[in-house]
Amino acid sequence: MSFKKIFGSLFVFSILNVSLHAQTTDLGNIHGNFQIDAANYQRDTIIGADPGSEVFRYNAFGNINYTKGGFSAGMRFESYNPPLIGYLAGYKGSGVPYRFARYQHKDIDITVGNFYEQFGSGITLRAYENRGLLYDNALDGMRVIFTPKNGITLKGLVGKQRTYFSLSPGVVRGLDGEVNIMELFDSVLGNYKTKVIIGGSFVSKYQVDQDPTFVLPENVGTSAGRISVLRGGFNFNAEYAYKINDPSLQNKLSYKPGQAIIASTSYGTNGFSVMLAGKMLDNMSFRSDRDATNTIAMINYQPDLSKFHTYSLMAYYPYGTQANGEVGGSAEIQYKVKKGTLLGGKYGMDITLNGSVFYALDTIGILPIKDTLRQYKYSTNYGNVGDEFYHDLNIEITKKLSKKLKFTLMYANQFLNQSVVQFNTLDKDEHPDIKTHIGVLDVTYKYKSNSAIRFETQGFFGAYDYKDAKYESNGELNKKNNTGSWISGLIEWTPNTHWSITIADQYNYNNPIVAKRVHYYFGMIGYTNGPTRISVSYGRQRQGIFCAGGVCRFVPSSSGLSINISSSF
Amino acid sequence: MKNLITLSIALILCSAFVKSDGNKIPSAELKKLDGSKINSSTFSNNGKPIIISFWATWCKPCKKELDAINEEYAELQKETGAKLIAISIDDARSSGKVVTDVKVKGWTYEVYIDENQDFKRAMNVNNVPHTFLVDGNGQIVWSHNSYAEGDEEKLFENVRKLAKGEILSH
Repeated sequence: MSFKKIFGSLFVFSILNVSLHAQTTDLGNIHGNFQIDAANYQRDTIIGADPGSEVFRYNAFGNINYTKGGFSAGMRFESYNPPLIGYLAGYKGSGVPYRFARYQHKDIDITVGNFYEQFGSGITLRAYENRGLLYDNALDGMRVIFTPKNGITLKGLVGKQRTYFSLSPGVVRGLDGEVNIMELFDSVLGNYKTKVIIGGSFVSKYQVDQDPTFVLPENVGTSAGRISVLRGGFNFNAEYAYKINDPSLQNKLSYKPGQAIIASTSYGTNGFSVMLAGKMLDNMSFRSDRDATNTIAMINYQPDLSKFHTYSLMAYYPYGTQANGEVGGSAEIQYKVKKGTLLGGKYGMDITLNGSVFYALDTIGILPIKDTLRQYKYSTNYGNVGDEFYHDLNIEITKKLSKKLKFTLMYANQFLNQSVVQFNTLDKDEHPDIKTHIGVLDVTYKYKSNSAIRFETQGFFGAYDYKDAKYESNGELNKKNNTGSWISGLIEWTPNTHWSITIADQYNYNNPIVAKRVHYYFGMIGYTNGPTRISVSYGRQRQGIFCAGGVCRFVPSSSGLSINISSSF
Repeated sequence: MKNLITLSIALILCSAFVKSDGNKIPSAELKKLDGSKINSSTFSNNGKPIIISFWATWCKPCKKELDAINEEYAELQKETGAKLIAISIDDARSSGKVVTDVKVKGWTYEVYIDENQDFKRAMNVNNVPHTFLVDGNGQIVWSHNSYAEGDEEKLFENVRKLAKGEILSH
């Protein structure tokens, strides 16, 4: 046994020792989690899946945290050699990109190292992670949260953002203050039923200007103010933000200042709720690297108000916030039909109506007049809207028929201006508008107290708008980016609380190209025990659009065997 | 690849020896539905068990689980004194829907929003739904990831055992 190995086992032993002792003495706790998603891909020419020569790929991470009283410290090891198909290739590598130490005591909370944070709705700052999507904009620096008095929260931070396994070039500095008026004046307003919370934030970034032509602003600031009013089931939230000129690769070097308004209101009572939300975003993309694309170095979050669909064909053409600007909104009504009524039956029935629509801003291109080096590029007419980007109108009904049987029925009508939204081009010939009708039926039959079988079927009926499409030399319409209609079926069997078996198929039954009318079969076996979950799956994954954090990207087809393991301790 | 195998073996070993048993609820700032703040380390239930359930408005199995528990919740509370704290991990895209979902469903749970996901990280939650059981001394003694029909029966059984002072096993 080499010295290294002995040392390694001693190290592991000492960690285990500390943690075992932790249960009886006050040495603190060690805890964490890990997840490994690995796949062995195969070439599958009929669906266009080609993993290249790197057929084995994986995404893996493990967190180890230590806590004792108000002190905590932790780190995350991550490894992608290379990442799974569909994830950003820049993550290739291994390392410890996340480590922190934090101390919380009474009115003070200090973090050094990496941290995640959000100010208000996130329009000025949101350092965020979603491990499943491999989206991680953690800040590396320090943060102080100070609560001088009940009802007042002050936050200050400075740091650089994670970019793959290194840091983005710009420095981010932020301040946020929030006052809960009823809590602050508790003695006078404590019994008041209406709660009012106001807040404000200021975030700036610094990045050196090395551009030979343009005079790029090195310090760019964004400020925002927000208000929330809450009373019983009633809720109102609004935030306004303004950003000074911030020319970037994303906004094609426009010097126009950015503005955003986000507002939502909702009311809920037993069995009924209504929610309305609206937003106007104009040139609010804010990154700590002005040359970054995709989800890299995003300082803020431009909220997406479209429904987050979980049925795969409902999410075939998802929408993502348009980073350079858009206007739109969403509405949702939920209603629970009471038990004992004609529609409600013995168990009642849930109905959800949801709709959202988003448009381009109404803009006019302007030519540089005096200063050719600082170009606005366009002006916005806030009284009007431009072309439609997307809409989604859907209804979902869930009903329990008996103790054993329940179902969900769903229908959606969607529209997507895919040339602009997904491909950033006006070429409707290559990427025609898409109009679809989508239906889902999902039935669960619980045949024993902990055994169930679930059937799901979906239909996706696409109509492609070829009004601008050109004819090819052979006299046929260009239908390259039209996959036609799909149907799918799924059976999921959970014989007991540990095991689950799923088989599914998506069939592209009327693809305009006959050779592409293929089945995308998929099978999975899953095992769960307490916090541990292991699954093995095999099958085809169709190409599609993947949206996260307001950015949509194309995910190519893949085919192969996958293993997923996750646990926490 | 070799590193990966070593790492996973080391972590599996760790998890085998150091279960979540015995950890106290870590400290994280959460938002109440009325906009005020609460720290997770202050969760208590007068020496009775607490169920902590991580969910999101877009997570179907989570809502199925919380609905299934809700059907027997009043009875369980009466029998064992246990309470359920539902932690929504919805971010800015959907956190406005938490209050409407809770009202429509008629859930009587304590519901808090973990918008910055600090509590999710502190509790080492990978995916939702993830449910924890906390005993009368504030120790996390059991947890379960994902939901399948009937999983709530096991949870109720464990809550009853805890209320009687029995020790749980996975």
